[in-house]
Amino acid sequence: MITLTVNGTRHELDAEANMPLLWVLRDILDLTGTKFGCGVAQCGACTVHLDGEPIRSCVIPVSAAAGREVTTIEGLSPDRSHPLQQAWIEYDVAQCGYCQSGQIMTAAALLRTKPAPTDADIDEAMTNICRCGTYQPMRTAIKRAAELAREVSS
Amino acid sequence: MSTASMPLTRRNFVKATLTAGGGMALGFHLPMLTAAAAPWTGDLDGDEINAWLVIASDDTVTIRVAQSDMGQGVFTSMPMIVAEELECAWVHVRAEYASANRSLREDRVYRRMGTGGSNAVRISRPYLQQAGASARERLIAAAAEQWGVAPAECRAEASRVIHDASGRSQRYGELAAAAAKVELESEPAIREPGEFKLLGRSLPKLDVPAKVDGSAIYGIDVRIPDMVYATVAAAPVWEGRLRSVDSEPAKRLRGVIDVLEFEDAVVVVADSFWTARRGLDALEPEWDAGEHGDASSEAFLARFRQALDTKGTVAEEAGDAYAALEGAATVVEADYSAPYLAHLALEPVNCTVHIQETRVDVWTGTQNPESALGVAAEVSGRPPEQVHVHNCFLGGGFGRRSRPDFVARAVAVAARIDRPVQVIWSREEDTRTGHYRPMAAFRFRAGLDEDGAAVALVNRSATHSILAGLRPEAVADGIDQSSLSWLTNSPYAIENRSIEHHLQRTHVPVWFWRAVGATQNAFAIESFIDEMANAAGTCPWQFRRKLLAERPDLIEVLDAAARFADWEEPLAPGSGRGIAVVESFGSICAQVAEVDVSKEGSVRVKRVVTTLDCGNTVNPRTIEEQVQSSVVYGLSAALWGKVDIASGRARHGNFDRHRVLKMAETPQMDTHLVLSGGDKWGGVGEPAVPPVVPAVCNAIFAATGKRVRDLPLADQDLSWS
Repeated sequence: MITLTVNGTRHELDAEANMPLLWVLRDILDLTGTKFGCGVAQCGACTVHLDGEPIRSCVIPVSAAAGREVTTIEGLSPDRSHPLQQAWIEYDVAQCGYCQSGQIMTAAALLRTKPAPTDADIDEAMTNICRCGTYQPMRTAIKRAAELAREVSS
Repeated sequence: MSTASMPLTRRNFVKATLTAGGGMALGFHLPMLTAAAAPWTGDLDGDEINAWLVIASDDTVTIRVAQSDMGQGVFTSMPMIVAEELECAWVHVRAEYASANRSLREDRVYRRMGTGGSNAVRISRPYLQQAGASARERLIAAAAEQWGVAPAECRAEASRVIHDASGRSQRYGELAAAAAKVELESEPAIREPGEFKLLGRSLPKLDVPAKVDGSAIYGIDVRIPDMVYATVAAAPVWEGRLRSVDSEPAKRLRGVIDVLEFEDAVVVVADSFWTARRGLDALEPEWDAGEHGDASSEAFLARFRQALDTKGTVAEEAGDAYAALEGAATVVEADYSAPYLAHLALEPVNCTVHIQETRVDVWTGTQNPESALGVAAEVSGRPPEQVHVHNCFLGGGFGRRSRPDFVARAVAVAARIDRPVQVIWSREEDTRTGHYRPMAAFRFRAGLDEDGAAVALVNRSATHSILAGLRPEAVADGIDQSSLSWLTNSPYAIENRSIEHHLQRTHVPVWFWRAVGATQNAFAIESFIDEMANAAGTCPWQFRRKLLAERPDLIEVLDAAARFADWEEPLAPGSGRGIAVVESFGSICAQVAEVDVSKEGSVRVKRVVTTLDCGNTVNPRTIEEQVQSSVVYGLSAALWGKVDIASGRARHGNFDRHRVLKMAETPQMDTHLVLSGGDKWGGVGEPAVPPVVPAVCNAIFAATGKRVRDLPLADQDLSWS
């Protein structure tokens, strides 16, 4: 049995130790907000937080997450109130939307370490693939979210 | 101009007694399901005014969308068209997919349900406006009858019917049941551009909130009780066969349920996708490659190029191009080629199927629920009336999801196991067994007179024909019009023209890819026009203006692009601007790309300015988003896009070898709508893809003096000194 805490809820799982976290989330816990795009850590659609750090869950065995805190898009906020979610809605960012959970989770980790990211910071952190090409509004929305977060904290 | 009102026949209006969605009661659960997150709902509370809309007692209006949302915003733009006439408050509007099953049973009440060709607004706007207008008039008639006044004394506004003379008003939610029973004597006229209140306003897309918290349901997210997962390995060489496979290594794994052999594939069924994938990896199937085990991209291109040595079928002729070439002061010649391209939608194709005694349910993201329904019926051997396709949000489409091959496979798998099954293709399998943008080769010869004016053009193209495989009768004359976009019917006025065509086929499956023929052809001809301009010693912008003298509409869009892009501002060595213009899918699009090329030959696209004339607009912000999307899609293809065929199969399957544009490589994109209005309603999802590739290649020439004649750019030596 593996003990896994996802979005604050503890789960006792009968999963194989080397099963990637992505498939535990999707196929065992039915948390389908985290997406499968490539399976080889190339596209970032599967990005979740492990103890606050962004990871590509398609290549992280569930055993490596055991006893640690996993946060998925479903746990980012209870009501789409995270500054990134608000900014994403304000700037109408999502098109097909499939990559967006991973993009938002990657951006959320960026804002935690860099509350006022520069363009270079955004370029360096945001390496997820978006085939709809929403990069330009995404960049604007990340900066807007940083502003919103500062407004809340000040 | 006036639009004749489109009569909606009596049978198109379904009585409120017939439950929405044909009375489906689906016993499945979805995690975190909200109405906005699932693009289908089955039964709705409320009254169906007509097949397109249901009004609930709390005034919520659910509008059925017959096109598929793959990011282009039809879940918002289609409801906007209905709401324009309905006079409902936008805050009350929700969208859900129309049912292909119902359309089948009710004389195609939802008309065209396929999504492609940048056609959603262009085709459905009049009848969606009509559906909204008709519903509005029936709501007014219901109120007027209750009040005992003439309908003409009443008006509709913000989800209420109002009788100004008496100050009475009622909400749509209160009137819907009565309105559903009203029959109009005649259908109302619909609004014209200039009369619109909602169309032309930028509204936030209705599906964005569900896409920022993980609740939006894509095909791969569907969860049915007792469902299992499966994954597939098809014969790696197209048209190949499975010779044999020892299924034991997979069956020994915990969680593997079954191994299914098909004539051309092996499928592993398991309790999770990961287990199924491990099961597949444990197998060593023996394949019969068939006749094409030696085929390669290089051999195909050599064959296509060889075809260019002969004239082929003349698709278009004017004057005497060959004689004019003989007499020309300068002759410009060049060969071009364009590779096969994969769609690379981020959500790998997948399909969930549940076959029961009297019904077949299919959940998938499809660009064509009718063809999905058709193949599901055919493969399951059930009557089409028993097949229900629940379309989901599409994790990218780009044309790939308009082909129902994956639905056929999933139904075949479901037919052999006794439970609902979700079949998911791995990224590698999705890419390697895809259906690609056709490969093409081109030869151009142009003649210029002493003044540098173009007097002759001979163009030969050899293109893998999509229609030759799809509808052979359509190419009986040796011409596939979809392969000739922007080559024939060119607006460039060159007096003597011979446009010649060779239909080609290989064993590689081809299919529609965002903007299709216009993409490979525009790369070639818009680059070659630049070569002509260069030979004439003229600026490529001015050279085009001269050739477009009879098309002021194109010139206006072209000029705007040059102006917004500061075309005449000088740039440093190694930097350059390139321009291109293409009319496709009813819209005119011009682009100016600005690039930096390092001396070692690495390209950075810094800025892309796009001007677009799509005539009129529904949701302008969505248009800008689609332009940006097209630019990024085109740039990925220009920079890195190709499917390498070796030993008869696609060599690479994942993003490590199919590089695509990321944030850091994305240029600044400026989009300007140059709207000509009038009756013009052009497409939006595709027209900005074709010009961006030649605009970049022309910019590279301006920066380095190197002409790009083959793609992708990553394979070309662009170093300069």
